[in-house]
Amino acid sequence: MTDSKYFTTTKKGEIFELKAELNSDKKEKKKEAVKKVIASMTVGKDVSALFPDVVNCMQTDNLELKKLVYLYLMNYAKSQPDMAIMAVNTFVKDCEDLNPLIRALAVRTMGCIRVDKITEYLCEPLRKCLKDEDPYVRKTAAVCVAKLHDINAQLVEDQGFLDTLKDLISDSNPMVVANAVAALSEIAESHPNSNLLDLNPQTINKLLTALNECTEWGQIFILDCLASYLPRDDRESQSICERVTPRLSHANSAVVLSAVKVLMKFMEMLPKDLDYYGTLLKKLAPPLVTLLSAEPELQYVALRNINLIVQKRPEILKHEMKVFFVKYNDPIYVKLEKLDIMIRLASQANIAQVLAELKEYATEVDVDFVRKAVRAIGRCAIKVEQSAERCVSTLLDLIQTKVNYVVQEAIVVIKDIFRKYPNKYESVIATLCENLDSLDEPEARAAMIWIVGEYAERIDNADELLESFLEGFHDESTQVQLQLLTAIVKLFLKKPTETQELVQQVLSLATQDSDNPDLRDRGYIYWRLLSTDPVAAKEVVLAEKPLISEETDLIEPTLLEELICHIGTLASVYHKPPSAFVEGSRGVQHKRLPPRAGSGESTESPDVGQSGPSEAPPAVIPSQGDLLGDLLNLDLAPPTATVPSVQPSMQMGAMDLLGGGLDSLLGGDIGGSPSMGAGLGAAPAAMPASLGGAPAVGGGLGDLFDLGGGVGMPTGSYVAPKTVWLLAMKAKGLEISGTFARRGGIIQMDLSLTNKAMSVMTDFAIQFNRNSFGLAPAGPLQVLTPLSPNQTIDVSLPLSTSGPVMKMEPLNNLQVAVKNNIDVFYFSCQYPLSLLFVEDGKMDRQVFLATWKDIPNDNEAQFQIKDIHLNSDVASNKLQGSNIFTIAKRTVEGQDMLYQSVKLTNGIWVLAEMRIQTGNPNYTWMCWRRPHVRECVSQNDSPVIS
Amino acid sequence: MPNHPVPVPSSVLAALKNKTIHLSAAKMIHSLFLVNASGDIFLEKHWKSVVSRSVCDYFFEALERATEPENVPPVIPTPHHYLINVLRHRIYFVAVIQSEVPPLFVIEFLHRVVDTFQDYFGVCTEAAIKDNVVVVYELLEEMLDNGFPLATESNILKELIKPPTILRTVVNTITGSTNVGEQLPTGQLSVVPWRRTGVKYTNNEAYFDVIEEIDAIIDKSGSTITAEIQGVIDACVKLTGMPDLTLSFMNPRLLDDVSFHPCVRFKRWEAERILSFIPPDGNFRLLSYHVSSQNLVAIPVYVKHNISFREGSSQGRFELTLGPKQTMGKAVESVLVSSQLPRGVLNANLNPSQGTYTFDPVTKLLSWDVGKINPQKLPSLKGSMSLQAGASKPDENPTINIQFKIQQLAISGLKVNRLDMYGEKYKPFKGIKYMTKAGKFQVRT
Repeated sequence: MTDSKYFTTTKKGEIFELKAELNSDKKEKKKEAVKKVIASMTVGKDVSALFPDVVNCMQTDNLELKKLVYLYLMNYAKSQPDMAIMAVNTFVKDCEDLNPLIRALAVRTMGCIRVDKITEYLCEPLRKCLKDEDPYVRKTAAVCVAKLHDINAQLVEDQGFLDTLKDLISDSNPMVVANAVAALSEIAESHPNSNLLDLNPQTINKLLTALNECTEWGQIFILDCLASYLPRDDRESQSICERVTPRLSHANSAVVLSAVKVLMKFMEMLPKDLDYYGTLLKKLAPPLVTLLSAEPELQYVALRNINLIVQKRPEILKHEMKVFFVKYNDPIYVKLEKLDIMIRLASQANIAQVLAELKEYATEVDVDFVRKAVRAIGRCAIKVEQSAERCVSTLLDLIQTKVNYVVQEAIVVIKDIFRKYPNKYESVIATLCENLDSLDEPEARAAMIWIVGEYAERIDNADELLESFLEGFHDESTQVQLQLLTAIVKLFLKKPTETQELVQQVLSLATQDSDNPDLRDRGYIYWRLLSTDPVAAKEVVLAEKPLISEETDLIEPTLLEELICHIGTLASVYHKPPSAFVEGSRGVQHKRLPPRAGSGESTESPDVGQSGPSEAPPAVIPSQGDLLGDLLNLDLAPPTATVPSVQPSMQMGAMDLLGGGLDSLLGGDIGGSPSMGAGLGAAPAAMPASLGGAPAVGGGLGDLFDLGGGVGMPTGSYVAPKTVWLLAMKAKGLEISGTFARRGGIIQMDLSLTNKAMSVMTDFAIQFNRNSFGLAPAGPLQVLTPLSPNQTIDVSLPLSTSGPVMKMEPLNNLQVAVKNNIDVFYFSCQYPLSLLFVEDGKMDRQVFLATWKDIPNDNEAQFQIKDIHLNSDVASNKLQGSNIFTIAKRTVEGQDMLYQSVKLTNGIWVLAEMRIQTGNPNYTWMCWRRPHVRECVSQNDSPVIS
Repeated sequence: MPNHPVPVPSSVLAALKNKTIHLSAAKMIHSLFLVNASGDIFLEKHWKSVVSRSVCDYFFEALERATEPENVPPVIPTPHHYLINVLRHRIYFVAVIQSEVPPLFVIEFLHRVVDTFQDYFGVCTEAAIKDNVVVVYELLEEMLDNGFPLATESNILKELIKPPTILRTVVNTITGSTNVGEQLPTGQLSVVPWRRTGVKYTNNEAYFDVIEEIDAIIDKSGSTITAEIQGVIDACVKLTGMPDLTLSFMNPRLLDDVSFHPCVRFKRWEAERILSFIPPDGNFRLLSYHVSSQNLVAIPVYVKHNISFREGSSQGRFELTLGPKQTMGKAVESVLVSSQLPRGVLNANLNPSQGTYTFDPVTKLLSWDVGKINPQKLPSLKGSMSLQAGASKPDENPTINIQFKIQQLAISGLKVNRLDMYGEKYKPFKGIKYMTKAGKFQVRT
């Protein structure tokens, strides 16, 4: 008698049979039939056709049957909304049942039925359940509010459920508190700026009390909520930490990690000389170590987070190296993470042990793991200077094994060791050369060629070796070709007499026979350098090389801080900013660690290198963008995948140029106003899409109007405050914020460049992609001095409108590339349309009148600007400052009508009528566009007509 | 050359836009799929809208790429969801999430699902789940509401949904009653949510098992690289009413890294190093602890080994001898040695002094069931291995994995001092058992 019997009916008439059974008079038979239906559902069979029959079984006293029917309803209500209504009455009745279990079950199930019509009926029962005498019902109802909010947010707000939910934070039952917090956090996620979780010392205290008594899951919700609180001072911070530390001993690893997050964040505020600070550091290690003895999946997540923690506070785990030693039957994903952390923790004190382990790993079976272990040995050599010699001899031992991929990895890392410690280990070159023939991977070949070129003067047959590579030049990968070119040039500069023929051969191969522009460019540069000034060539090509960094893959400090605030989340597993995981338009709040009190330490300099042997900030290996580095061939560092990313807030949906532009012109606060749709003529279909975008478009008419009275406002065009266009964490430490301005008929892009990385930035350049109005830089980006760390430079870049034109989505979108010595970064921004309003935009009155009459009705659109308290004259003056000219004015029935003209840089005229009613703060704006220039501007459903 | 023209690749930008995973506000666990060892989905449960099972294709891709079943990464990103999976009892539990959810939260929940199934059905297998599919469905619905965990304590679940037993099935069939509880579980909202009220037993008993597992890595020369102890105290408490227990240790200092069951009063532990708690009814894990490598961990067995291959020969030598080391006079039992021999090994011809051995020529897994170690006559396994003709000398060194048990000993030295009961008048039977086992005990050669 098991449930597997429910799977056995596979005959054709199955559904009909079930239908008959469901309508049977016998209770038992009904129940069995519903069970069969559920069983079919679990394996993914479609049994939605039985909907009315199953719903008929709902009116029953049998709780099990009721539950089964509810299960079914939740699954299929969405596909049968009309039928689902049939169930409403039973739900409402069940919400009044004497048994709290049934009340809770009903309100819980109703919330899961995502059908609009049902939600209306849900409100009343839900309101009652939120105030139910039984805490079990209240806690279920709290979650239901979150469900309802997901279906219909407006309804939840209108019904005042959010306030009720906030009240539940003070509930006497800890489980109710935890669920209320969970529900509010979920709702708050879709309202980033709302004050839903308004945390103050009183609510924090309530949460901390509930923390001790609620279930493990509730504890996670509460801890995550606590993590978003910013204590007022270090004393409050300490008292919260004290009350959170007991959670570190919880059996549930998610509770432990959430507690670690709270502590890592709040301890930032504690003065370092405080005794408690040291105590806390000690308390953090054991729970993290314990996580590593859990199941491999838990270990993986823990290890990814520990990777962040050791970068931020290496002192916590510096004595725990051994727990990261790899067991041979660990899953590969655990092995690789452990290895990474071992290297981060490697220091002079433990390097011997680490090396012995790494050597052991290099003989394992898994190729990926072995490769990474060999690489790790190289990283240790670079990180711990005292161990370099031992690392090199370990690598030589490994090369002797002749295992092909081990040899190749070893050669790649030995090249880095040569870079770090020049003129120290050249004695091993002979051994390396023995393996020349077995190298078949480009990276290893390139590394070997670099070594030969760099030490050409010590290798007697360097020319022969390089020549042997030259034979198959065209079959090599670009990496190897570039390396070979440089190596031969180096060789030539060192031994000019014997290698003239060789260098000519390689230069001609690179410049004449190659299709690769990089290779050709480099070839020509060398050629010219060598032919014009060999001395200079020597200085350039054989120049002293900058140091390579001790640590690789260090996370940018700003990103690290943000990730520390998100310990335990997906973001922390992927080491990517949380904004990558939520929809951009929701406006992600970037969390930062709180500033430390007392100790006078700036937050900008996190104490990364604390336990390391040197305090000096690690230099960053210049990557491929740097031309000088290119010539010196310093670009051998593992290619860092720079993903040019766009700032999320700029990725609005399709926004019509004038729709979006005027929208903000006429006031950023227009977004969301229900009066928008009341347009004359064609209701603009594109408008809703642009609503969300309005705030992103900086400046505009609305801004022109705001600032209250505006008396004493400069008559010039309005300039929006600078907004951040490029985040430091996405651009290797370069942050760019900016705005646009029109000054004296010249369009300018005002930029602030801030260096948040740890090395100096130079060689800035800027370029625009083709755009709707042909905006292009009128001159180079004038950043004359190098930008040192933490320095900000303001520059104004004059723009012309004579660049190539391409229609953009939205029309006022501008894609920009900024280059510096580190890399090229891409971002996009949007300019206010008023930027393009030219000074001679005042139309002759007669022409205006004639044009006005010509405009067909369907070319018009209407907007309302709210809450502007200006009279028509002031408004007209202010608009003139932005090159919106008033041609005529008339007054009809207390309404001022202003007729206005605007000319865009590409010669398009926009005519408008503005109605201002005295006493009414709302303006109505109507715009027209001439039909024959329509196609130049925008898509057909443009709401704006000239 | 700062002014090198840099075209912005708008196609790249567009592609990137799509790459950002847009997650809806839907929180927590969205759906659950159970996948068996042959890659078939045999159960699905959705707590929100239905997610097509094609989302599991991303999981199957990862499964295909993985060299071993346990190498599937626990978190797999897909364009619209994240898949978080755990492998237990040869079943993958694949949770689908749509928003930023703490992955550990999901993994811990999945573990709880597995534990619950095991608790209810005795085993957690595909057959057991299919046999009880309706109970499984009811359980999953009860454990999670809108993706929020609802009731995960076994005590409470059992009051809501009765576990299937043969007797109950028969009774239900005859009387027509159900296996769903009609009453709100009593413990659900009390101060002790883990315990139900009205518990009654004729025999009142409380048993505690102190079980320690040694994880160790021993290097070639026999010296210890790491050794640590993972200990747990599992309890089986069948006591009437609301007993309040205290458990004290002879040497509580050993326990500096502990994780408690929620029933343990943390403040009392902090202050007096005494475990004070009102226990759940039935079986539960009272505490788990970790004795790290900082302290000296005794190693109960040693291995002498000689596994060697000669260059140019198609034969290899295999010699292995086991012996007891620090066992505090107790016998080492149930010893099982296993080792993954190099791929080049064709077959092994060995001679055990006791027990039996097997060698699987396909997986190259050698396992030797030794039994008990007799200190007077040490068990050994000796013989030769044959290599593939013409194959070169294998370059990997096999690792030897050892399992063993030692009864009546907690290797860390942990000892329970006394167990007292307050709050109830009767005298319970009390019992403490100690056991040491090998966890991941590995010897490198």
